[in-house]
Amino acid sequence: MPEILFREALKRGLQEALENDPRVFMMGEDIGEYGGAYAVTDGFLEKFGPERIKDTPISEQAFVGAGIGAAAAGLRPIVEFMSISFSLVAFDQIVNMAANLRYMSGGQINVPMVIRAPTGAGVQLGATHSQSFETWLAEVPGIKVVCPSNPYDALGLIRSAIKDDNPVIVAEPALLYGDKGNVPDEYYEIELGKADVSRTGTDITLVSYGYGMRPVNSAADSLEERGHSVETIDLRSLNPLDIETVLTSIQKTNRVVLVDSARRTGGVMAEVAAELQQRASEWLDGPIMRVGSIDVPWPYNRGLEREVLTDAGDVLAAAAEGYGM
Amino acid sequence: MASSTKSNAKSRSQSSKPSRNGDSAPLLNKDLPSTVDHLDLFKMMYLIRQFEIACGENYSKGLIRGFLHLYIGQEATGVGAVSGLREDDYIVSHYRDHGHALARGMDVNRVMAELFGRATGTSKGKGGSMHLFDVAKRFMGGHAIVAGQLPLAAGLALAQQYQKTDALTMCFFGDGSTNQGVYHETLNLAAIWKLPLLFFLENNMYGMGSSIERVRAGGIDFYPGIATYGIPALEVDGMDVLAVKEATDVAVGKIRNGEGPQFIEAKTFRFVGHSLADGQKYRGQEEVKEWEGRDPVLTFPAKLIEMGVVTDKEIARIKTEVDETVAKSVDFAEQSPEPDLSQIYNDVMV
Ligand SMILES: Cc1ncc(C[n+]2csc(CCOP(=O)(O)OP(=O)(O)O)c2C)c(N)n1
Ligand SMILES: [Mg+2]
Repeated sequence: MPEILFREALKRGLQEALENDPRVFMMGEDIGEYGGAYAVTDGFLEKFGPERIKDTPISEQAFVGAGIGAAAAGLRPIVEFMSISFSLVAFDQIVNMAANLRYMSGGQINVPMVIRAPTGAGVQLGATHSQSFETWLAEVPGIKVVCPSNPYDALGLIRSAIKDDNPVIVAEPALLYGDKGNVPDEYYEIELGKADVSRTGTDITLVSYGYGMRPVNSAADSLEERGHSVETIDLRSLNPLDIETVLTSIQKTNRVVLVDSARRTGGVMAEVAAELQQRASEWLDGPIMRVGSIDVPWPYNRGLEREVLTDAGDVLAAAAEGYGM
Repeated sequence: MASSTKSNAKSRSQSSKPSRNGDSAPLLNKDLPSTVDHLDLFKMMYLIRQFEIACGENYSKGLIRGFLHLYIGQEATGVGAVSGLREDDYIVSHYRDHGHALARGMDVNRVMAELFGRATGTSKGKGGSMHLFDVAKRFMGGHAIVAGQLPLAAGLALAQQYQKTDALTMCFFGDGSTNQGVYHETLNLAAIWKLPLLFFLENNMYGMGSSIERVRAGGIDFYPGIATYGIPALEVDGMDVLAVKEATDVAVGKIRNGEGPQFIEAKTFRFVGHSLADGQKYRGQEEVKEWEGRDPVLTFPAKLIEMGVVTDKEIARIKTEVDETVAKSVDFAEQSPEPDLSQIYNDVMV
């Protein structure tokens, strides 16, 4: 299988959609002439023209709202935020409009729109540019939220997101754009709402998604070096949330560590933990362990930021504390 | 240009009085050659008035709940504006949406049923008064976050442009909504993308209890400032249904001609409170009385009769017919079933 970058995987998915479906078009700040803040759309303007690759003013409310309107009228817009931190000024449109339109119209209006946004900390952008609001959006009924952790999933999920008739948020961990991974040339999609058991094992289950899979994978390597058999689950989708896959795994391993790379409090793993507490406590040999980034505004300083961000050491410490591993 | 409209090409002095135009010649027989059109306009205005009165009554009875914003006083604006559209044009409205919905030809029974929260309502009882939708009629809501509907309308217009049709989107909004940032964003976006979007401001002088003078720097006239965006803007007397129709025709013509977004400011007035919860402590009855003197539901038929376009018999016949329609809609709503509880889970996702 050929190896490609995370950003190239996304680009491939977007390009296919633009080539195959004339209803698909893109909007966002500096996605055209500039080529995209993370170069995902580089070259698109030349290829598809300004009608389909629309550079927008710095008006997130207006262009997200315009995407919703265009979707309601039968187009399939793909809208890009420069950062998910900037989605806050457009939350009204995402939540009150995109998520609610179908329900409050009694099923008359669909919003087949994709919103892409770089997310997460780790590149010293400070408090306003490092947040992970996919965790807030995951609470909202009426929108789907996915967050890939590798190039294979990035391509499979973006393909499904574009085909989906609902609004879908694709949160793209900014730290991963330059990651490499195997991606086959043959066409595939990844169903939205299905977690991936990315490593199978019998002693402990580590659950995360997006950037969080990086510390999970390295912690899993360390645990295996110490002779433990580790199962890792990549949720991939935050809404719908695939709790069943986690439950099945825990019935086998009886141990679990939940890992958020976003802030710990109120994160997606808080929701997973609550479900497990209700449905899996009889299977567990110890407490549901949860790690996440420290609950402070993201610091700029490299040392401070690294300390705040979840890492493999945090995951290992939780496995040790909860299960003596 | 109609004498009852003003454009932002020229400046004018401000006045907080009701827009006048008593001296301007009526537009009868100019754009609307047959009497049928005049009667249709009257009938729709009267329907909206009676519908709203019935809503108020049923709110008092507790059959309609939630927030209820009536369109009483503004009928000429909505009816004149919507009468200038084609079937393939979109309309986007805000929470004061009954008038726009009815003017668009939405089913009276189903709209009333929606207000009653019944299964037969336009949104199966899940939307309510502030969230009316009828996609078949291209009526795209009913939006209750002030100014939130503006970018949605821009997107509908963007789709019309993208699909290379000459259809357009008309978006209603109130004076109060112009203090939201997204108002500026949308005007700018529509202008730079030359969207087929008709911004239709219903300036009824108040946003809830806030008079424009208190909350807007720059006075009560919005249309002159729109030139900043390079968007042509007209002011029109919103109490004169024919003037509104003519202004709409002008703006619609320009949009279909590929000239990009247009802006109409109709000066109008709600004779009743913001919602049924409003005691109107913030304004004097004198001001209300003065505007009520220009009530389009009374003055328009009077003018038609005076000019010999219709007889008072015809007007009476229309009124009887409409009264029946409204009474039937209340019966229909009352007799309609409540939605089944299983409906809770439907329509969240496709
Ligand atoms: C974002 C937001 N803030 C406040 C409100 C409450 N609210 C509803 S209508 C309204 C006044 C709006 O006035 P205007 O735009 O002039 O429209 P009108 O009611 O006069 O038709 C307010 C403050 C709201 N619905 N949404
Ligand atoms: Mg107002």
